Amino acid sequence: MRLLTHNMLSSNIKGVTNGFPLRIEAEKVVEKVVEMNADFLKKMFEKIDWKAFADASRAMGYAELPEEADSSMLESDEFLQRYHHALLELHLEEGALICPETGRRFPVNKGIPNMLLHEDEV
Amino acid sequence: MASSMLPPRTAQIRLVSSHKEVYEPDDDSFALVDALLADRSNLLEHRPALCMEIGCGSGYVITSLALMLEQEGLDAFYIATDINPYALSVTHQTLEAHGVHAELINTNIAQGLENRLSGLVDVIVVNPPYVPTPEDEVGAEGITSSWAGGENGRSVIDRILPVADHLLSEKGWLYLVTLTANNPSEICLLMREKGYASRIVIQRSTEEESLHIIKFWRDFETKEDEEKKKAMADKSASTGIMEYLLGQLPQLPFWRSSDSNNY
Repeated sequence: MRLLTHNMLSSNIKGVTNGFPLRIEAEKVVEKVVEMNADFLKKMFEKIDWKAFADASRAMGYAELPEEADSSMLESDEFLQRYHHALLELHLEEGALICPETGRRFPVNKGIPNMLLHEDEV
Repeated sequence: MASSMLPPRTAQIRLVSSHKEVYEPDDDSFALVDALLADRSNLLEHRPALCMEIGCGSGYVITSLALMLEQEGLDAFYIATDINPYALSVTHQTLEAHGVHAELINTNIAQGLENRLSGLVDVIVVNPPYVPTPEDEVGAEGITSSWAGGENGRSVIDRILPVADHLLSEKGWLYLVTLTANNPSEICLLMREKGYASRIVIQRSTEEESLHIIKFWRDFETKEDEEKKKAMADKSASTGIMEYLLGQLPQLPFWRSSDSNNY
């Protein structure tokens, strides 16, 4: 699971009002090199919750992202490089995503988060 | 856009992984990929940034879509979901065997994605469980979840449609596999009420079933028409409604012919 996906996931257990962002418990992180696509990064920049992204990146062991970011930073190659690396090259392979409100664990195995809810959570 | 002269790439059956609890590519999967191929030049022009498959099964369809777009240098982000954990393992292997990547999520339709992914997806492909079955077989474990569709095969389809509407971007497209028993014209009317135009990209009859692959897209004219119709229906007394609706029948364009527009 890449951090872009993490940024799109939330806990929607019945009754939970603020299920985002899910806290990351990282047991195993892998890196896979992908080609950078600046257009895609710029497009996604508007959709991303940066605070959640930077926190998630830190939880994955990569602390090179600024706490805050604005679109003027996209002009910097160095910024784009870090943003690209954190967004698309880091994969949570084993671990869990934790609901911020209830503490419910959504396990991640072999890179696949299990977001299925139990019957009493729907 | 410069188009390569190579034939379009799709997933190779010999590289599609399998598991006894996972639906293997069959006529419906092939028809869906053929529909994407038939609409390929539009897809390339569409330049989707985010593509999604709901119910990815073996991974044959999402892998084919990724290959088809990547071949032309289109770099999109792919998400695939399935309720069956085995399907995701198989999809993972199929993607890897073809050297492409999609983010895989074990979930029911798009649970967990609906809040944050709203309005972001440019292409959704769905080969839903469309076989008419008793209602209690819907969502059963393992391979049953890949085909058991409840009454008229519509139980899961009818849950997917509002989710797709919610996730699709302004320019988003949905490709959906349906069976004649699902009443595809009624599905198109339901989507029309949400402001979508539609057309059949591929119609294919096999010995067992007659398949339609339908493409949906947001259409502002359709939306305006629907709003006008609603306003008219509200105004007219109950006696006038039938007359009004009958008057509309010849022009209901829910089966658009492909040459009337660019889609």
